[in-house]
Amino acid sequence: MPAIPFTRRSFLAAGSFAVAMGGPGLLVPARAQGLAPTPSMRGGANNYRPGAPIVDRIGGGGFWMTGTVRRAGDGAPLAGQRIQIWAHTTEGHERDQRSHGATLTDQNGEFRLEMPQIVPAFGQPHGHLAYDSGDFETVFLRPVMRNAKDTSLSAHFVLQPA
Amino acid sequence: MSPARSALIWGLFAAAVAVPVAAAAVSPLLAWRQPVYIAAGFAGVIAMALLLTQPLLAGGYLPGLPAQRGRRVHRWTGGALIAAIAVHVAGLWITSPPDMVDALLFASPTPFSAWGVAAMWTALGAALLAAFRARFRRKLRIWRRGHTALVSMTVIGSVAHAMMIEGTMETVSKTVLCACTLAATGKAVVDLRAWAIRPRRGS
Repeated sequence: MPAIPFTRRSFLAAGSFAVAMGGPGLLVPARAQGLAPTPSMRGGANNYRPGAPIVDRIGGGGFWMTGTVRRAGDGAPLAGQRIQIWAHTTEGHERDQRSHGATLTDQNGEFRLEMPQIVPAFGQPHGHLAYDSGDFETVFLRPVMRNAKDTSLSAHFVLQPA
Repeated sequence: MSPARSALIWGLFAAAVAVPVAAAAVSPLLAWRQPVYIAAGFAGVIAMALLLTQPLLAGGYLPGLPAQRGRRVHRWTGGALIAAIAVHVAGLWITSPPDMVDALLFASPTPFSAWGVAAMWTALGAALLAAFRARFRRKLRIWRRGHTALVSMTVIGSVAHAMMIEGTMETVSKTVLCACTLAATGKAVVDLRAWAIRPRRGS
């Protein structure tokens, strides 16, 4: 009687090997190609002032706003993108000119701007960020801090070419 | 009622109202707010305090102010409540117009805004019913049901609004005030049998 080439054990081993190698191999490119653009958040554009200047720091600093900017679809980091930032802080209201500033992303598509401590306003400790330079669709974000005592906040942009 | 019991009730009421107001007055957040914003926030705190007063007056639970006499005070307190809401909304509008427009259009990112705006409209409805109560002389049952439904929604909406906000109110005193308001409103609605058919007063 000839030996059966596939035992249950070898079948399971070969099957799980195929899933382990083939599964992620199929999923990863699909996910990267489908990286969806970040939609603007409700209220994100409130108290926006177009053309905030690029600054080393907003006011006295002490709080960090960080984040990343990537391209929709392939997720490639976008360098040199201008991100505007404003919030109600210990140094001023959202509407005040001095509460606004902008920064550029580095080679890795990351940005980091020091600003005064954000304090709760209109019921939540939150910040505002905008991308509106025109090469990509405009996006306004309004991230909320988990705790009002946090000294940093981050927001991530995935931009769609305009 | 014994003087001691009467003093105890008034003392508890005063504490439930005064402690949250005093705590909000020393909130560290005030240091970073303009006068208009501070006034707007305070008007909201005072509105919450008046909201507790209303069912206590309607139910005649405050010693010396039984339901009949308390009703006149209840009307004035209701007027003050509407004024406080108006100052709250107007002050917030001046502080940040886009945030207030979002709230009034139910398009705000903060869920407490929708509760607050809904409670504002039901409070206004309850006050309008109160203003035109005389027109309901032959339909007081309808009037009572309408007023009760509107104020119940106002209380629930206002409590949800206040509890979700991270603002100048201190959490424990705010929670106690809100719990007292819910309990007093519930008790008044049950005690007054607001939904029941009652013989007309004086007949």
